Amino acid sequence: MSQFLAMGGYGSYVWTSFAAFFIVLLIDTLAPLARRRRNLRELRARLARQENRRRPGTPPSNESNA
Amino acid sequence: MANWVPLWLHRLGSPPVFYRFAGAVRPWAFGLALLLGAVALYGGLVVAPADYQQGDAYRIIFIHVPSAWMSLFIYGVMAVAAFIGLVWRIKIAEVVAMESAPVGAAFTLITLVTGSLWGKPMWGTWWTWDARLTSELVLLFIYLGIVGLYHSFEDRRQGARAAAFLVLVGAVNVPIVHFSVNWWNTLHQGSTIRLLGPSHIEASMLWPLLTMMLATKCYYIASLFARVRADLIASEGGKAWVRDIALGQPGNDPA
Repeated sequence: MSQFLAMGGYGSYVWTSFAAFFIVLLIDTLAPLARRRRNLRELRARLARQENRRRPGTPPSNESNA
Repeated sequence: MANWVPLWLHRLGSPPVFYRFAGAVRPWAFGLALLLGAVALYGGLVVAPADYQQGDAYRIIFIHVPSAWMSLFIYGVMAVAAFIGLVWRIKIAEVVAMESAPVGAAFTLITLVTGSLWGKPMWGTWWTWDARLTSELVLLFIYLGIVGLYHSFEDRRQGARAAAFLVLVGAVNVPIVHFSVNWWNTLHQGSTIRLLGPSHIEASMLWPLLTMMLATKCYYIASLFARVRADLIASEGGKAWVRDIALGQPGNDPA
């Protein structure tokens, strides 16, 4: 096992490379999922504001799942 | 060609249809990418033997080369989509082009970082102004320029059109990256894998490389579709179908 991790003395280069690969792709995977949720949340808030302007006095109750 | 193919493509041009299609395909593409990636890593790190000259350091090839291929492949897809968007003004084509750029930038960054980590033990330097390295760095800047230009407009479609022009102009760099190792005789080695003619690599090293290539292709589909979905929520925010999704009315929003 430790021989495998050593990678013939090149372990630090090899494992840093693979770590970079996974970290960059992990960020690339999570960012759009968070962005979609944020866009939906902002859209819900905007729709609630519009509703409130149309019928003043309505409490912004339709943001329950925001 | 069968009649249903153009009809099917035509229907996919509709944002709500594409949104649902992307949502249905994304988990499968992502799962396949993980599966193929795991198989390729096992093959590359455990099964494949060490290189007779480079020892185990050559194993960086299993992520460096597929990432480099993707950095050019994604540019090709993006250029075709940008061209379709500019000529026929198909909104989905514009969105696909614009949302391809960050994924391409990610793979270009990985290519540069892993190449640097491979260059240090083998060439004795992290970086050199070699033709291949420099043109790949220019590719990263072009990708970042496209992302920046797209987001610098208040009106998203205007931004997409401006950035689509940049995509087409920047496309001249793609053949330069690809042929740089033939045109200039500098430090970076030539192509190991060839579509035409024999590849200069053992079968035990070739199959993990090609499996990883498939994994990164699947990953691109998954990431692109997630990005297109996020983009459509914002850019189609005024439309009824997005409002229905936001307010969770008809349960047509998987994941």
